[in-house]
Amino acid sequence: MSVTEPISGNGSTTPVALTRKDFVSDQEVRWCPGCGDYSILAALQMMLPNINVPREDLVFISGIGCSSRFPYYMNTYGMHSIHGRAPAIATGVAVSRPDLHVWVIGGDGDMLSIGGNHLIHALRRNVNLKILMFNNRIYGLTKGQYSPTSEQGKITKSTPFGSIDHPFNPISVAIGAEASFVARTHDMDRKHMQEIFTRAHEHKGAAFVEVYQNCNVFNDGAFDAILRKDARPDMLIPLRHGEPIRWGAEGEHGVAVNQFGEPYVCRTVDVGVEHLLVHDEHRQDPTLAFALSRLSTGPSMPTPVGVFREIDRPIYEEELAGQLEESVKRAGPGDLATLISSGPTWTVA
Amino acid sequence: MAASDVDQGENVAVLDRVVIRFAGDSGDGMQLVGDRFTDLSASFGNDLATLPNYPAEIRAPAGTVAGVSSFQVHISDHDIVTPGDSPNVLVCMNPAALKANLADMTPGSTIIVNSDSFEERDLDKAKLDSNPLEDGSLDGFHLHQVPMTSLTKLATKKLDVKQRDAERSKNFFALGLICWMYTRPVGPMIEWIESQYAARPAIRDANLAAFRAGRNFGETAELFDHPYEVKPATLPPGKYRNIIGNLATAYGLLAASQQSGLPMVLASYPITPASDILHELSKHKNFGVKTVQAEDEIAAAAMAVGAAFTGQLAVTTTSGPGLDLKSEAIGLAVSLELPLVIVDVQRAGPSTGMPTKTEQADLLTAMYGRHGECPLPIVAAKSPSNCFDAAFEAARIALKYRTPVILLSDGYLANGAEPWLLPDLDELPDISVEFTTEMNASGPDGTPVFHPYKRDPETLARPWAIPGTPDLEHRIGGIEKHDGDGNISYQPENHERMVRLRQAKVDGIANDIPGVELDEDDGAELLVLGWGSTWGAIKAGVRRVRIGGQRVSRAHLTHLSPMPADLGEVLARYPKVLIPEMNTGQLALLIRGKYLVDARSYTIVSGIPFKAAAMESRILEEIAR
Ligand SMILES: Cc1ncc(C[n+]2csc(CCOP(=O)(O)OP(=O)(O)O)c2C)c(N)n1
Ligand code: SF4
Ligand SMILES: [Mg+2]
Repeated sequence: MSVTEPISGNGSTTPVALTRKDFVSDQEVRWCPGCGDYSILAALQMMLPNINVPREDLVFISGIGCSSRFPYYMNTYGMHSIHGRAPAIATGVAVSRPDLHVWVIGGDGDMLSIGGNHLIHALRRNVNLKILMFNNRIYGLTKGQYSPTSEQGKITKSTPFGSIDHPFNPISVAIGAEASFVARTHDMDRKHMQEIFTRAHEHKGAAFVEVYQNCNVFNDGAFDAILRKDARPDMLIPLRHGEPIRWGAEGEHGVAVNQFGEPYVCRTVDVGVEHLLVHDEHRQDPTLAFALSRLSTGPSMPTPVGVFREIDRPIYEEELAGQLEESVKRAGPGDLATLISSGPTWTVA
Repeated sequence: MAASDVDQGENVAVLDRVVIRFAGDSGDGMQLVGDRFTDLSASFGNDLATLPNYPAEIRAPAGTVAGVSSFQVHISDHDIVTPGDSPNVLVCMNPAALKANLADMTPGSTIIVNSDSFEERDLDKAKLDSNPLEDGSLDGFHLHQVPMTSLTKLATKKLDVKQRDAERSKNFFALGLICWMYTRPVGPMIEWIESQYAARPAIRDANLAAFRAGRNFGETAELFDHPYEVKPATLPPGKYRNIIGNLATAYGLLAASQQSGLPMVLASYPITPASDILHELSKHKNFGVKTVQAEDEIAAAAMAVGAAFTGQLAVTTTSGPGLDLKSEAIGLAVSLELPLVIVDVQRAGPSTGMPTKTEQADLLTAMYGRHGECPLPIVAAKSPSNCFDAAFEAARIALKYRTPVILLSDGYLANGAEPWLLPDLDELPDISVEFTTEMNASGPDGTPVFHPYKRDPETLARPWAIPGTPDLEHRIGGIEKHDGDGNISYQPENHERMVRLRQAKVDGIANDIPGVELDEDDGAELLVLGWGSTWGAIKAGVRRVRIGGQRVSRAHLTHLSPMPADLGEVLARYPKVLIPEMNTGQLALLIRGKYLVDARSYTIVSGIPFKAAAMESRILEEIAR
């Protein structure tokens, strides 16, 4: 049977020399002034020209929320869909057209509450999606209810006496869902965002990136304790593959591993540099990456940023396409006339 | 082969049709025996229709009424449209099967029981206080007590099989006996057993021995005076096969993929009675079909929307509970104006209802079960083989009009079988689509731009520009779009216009579908109007009424949305309209509301299809009114 050829794919040989402007759509950006979403948008629009992908091969799929307005501002193919379902819609896109570069954008409510199921299954399947979750620890679009990442005790419109919900740790969720790439970045550091987005793009398979994002209207300063300029040296733990986990103006803080194999925050002088944990993104076993995600229970303690984990796993849509090819090899291209007359038939004269 | 193929001597009585029901415990292999008898009869040339009926529980306790499984097959020498009302022959493997099925039997019919399974404890499990074989409750029936278990054991004694395993071949004994009674050819059955169980010689030999023993029993036992014969039917010429609705649906979708030149992506979540469509299409990867078992029905519909965005033939299959879950994503597809086929194999509801029983109660959900003004086309299949055409038609409309389409099938069609005159695939219409590759409008400064909602003036369909197409990058979404350029718009007049445009697009399809399927009787005052799987029962009921000398007309709807353009005019010709449905009057509500006719409802919601005899009496009642 005839199969429609993709009009162009990332196998395309046309040289692409794009600039940030090429990725800016003609739509007026309508987030609140000062919203962290602006700098995430800028970081991505600045990063995309460097990856040499033709604009028409990029697809941005989002759910619903402030963050999910994102695709409208990108001059690529895009869909602003329904609340929580973006990972599933994007799976449909990627399965259909493995040659496309599919990005998924959504908020903490979108991806961890209503769409939690789709998120974990997209990660488990290892669909080649680049999933950016803007975590502002609040429902922005619906004007300020608590979210599944809000801290316990939080007073919001729907929790006047304080939230009693225990929050999710998104990085732990992603690692628990078998994600092959898990990273965290934040809206105050454009360079770091670009670096992590590039890594996500380069990763073969599902990439989950948690982006700490300030909602200055409904949850202002949620990350101040770790993201204020003067707080960052002591409060952000940069994860760098192959290097000891160490930070502070003088490298005075570190992470070591206790006798139970559990990482803990220590003073470098107390254990000695040679005894600090050396970060290995590629450990097959997720236990240590998971434990690193638990070093802080909220953005008031030293918090790791960077790539927690990157491993190789078969890509869902490639496996599926492989089964199609295999089956053509085995049985020849499908012939419908033969198929429908298979089994017992009889002829009436 | 030893036994004569069809010729069973001179003493054969010829029947024009017969209805046989095999009933037993769900572990007794009744569906298998029914399927085999159906295939044999089909290849013998009979027309036929089947009605499998199984318990929803995977394994209810053995021997209980809850665990009874049955398979009814209607074979005839003429064209038939229903699986038959009341069986002429009931085969019962245990007392529970007898208890569960006796109410459907009419006095004078034949009941064959496995008398070995009417011990005290069997009666206890079936919660029977007395033995129906002895207490007179079967007076008036032709009762035949056959010790099937012990005869099967005897026949397999010399074989290298354990007694326990041998006993399990008793369904083949029953099949052999019925095959003798109705002079079915032996050869194909033996070949089937040989190939099916080739890898398990012990089971193969036991089944063969049991099958032969059943036949021989019929021939030698004096219980039955003579066998019967149902001659081949005179069906239109051509090549036939037997087909069930779910398979026909899968084939119809494959045909649509082929005729559109678009690869199919099917995303579904398993649910009875729709799962077999997913199972079937999963096998045919060499047809370019990609199937995904999604994490739930919401994801399944969402994945299909994603696939549609990229230019595939996107399909999702489900049953009622799944249709509920898909509704938000279907609404998105209505707003995005992307083609999508949603197959709903209806089952008895509400909620979990009766998953293995049939109903037509999702019509209004299909029609209106989404928030906002959310119109979409609906196509319904009328018979198992017609699922092929209905699936193809649903895909045709979806692709041409860039809209989700709901295809309604139901549990009866899904698992019911009938002979199918194989279509000439070359005659199927070309339903290919053209993706947009060029700009289609000018911007304010005169530069060419792409407007994703600039419609085709005739179909009102919007352009389909798929990712990967240079220069046509665009964003779509569920927020109301400005007519034409597709940008977000909250303008009151624009929303008004867009709501009406989406409706007009669906309404316009009425000009692109055939008129009402009509079977009119001169001078009839009553029109019986149906949709979906009641087609067969209505046709059979109408036929009986006419044979009885009364006049009645019949109409059938394949398209429920939009309805055929001539429907209003047809309805206006009749002073009386009767609408039989397996719900509490959903089509009747639509017809009364839309056409202001005083249509009457005839409804059942028992999970079992209409019977021709009941249909006949209801029609007669309506004529007399
Ligand atoms: C089915 C459904 N339920 C509820 C809503 C309302 N709603 C829209 S966005 C949202 C939460 C947004 O929070 P988040 O995902 O964190 O995104 P943010 O606005 O913070 O970026 C809710 C509850 C909806 N649009 N659809
Ligand atoms: S409400 Fe918060 S998240 Fe939404 S746009 Fe405003 S600042 Fe940003
Ligand atoms: Mg949020």
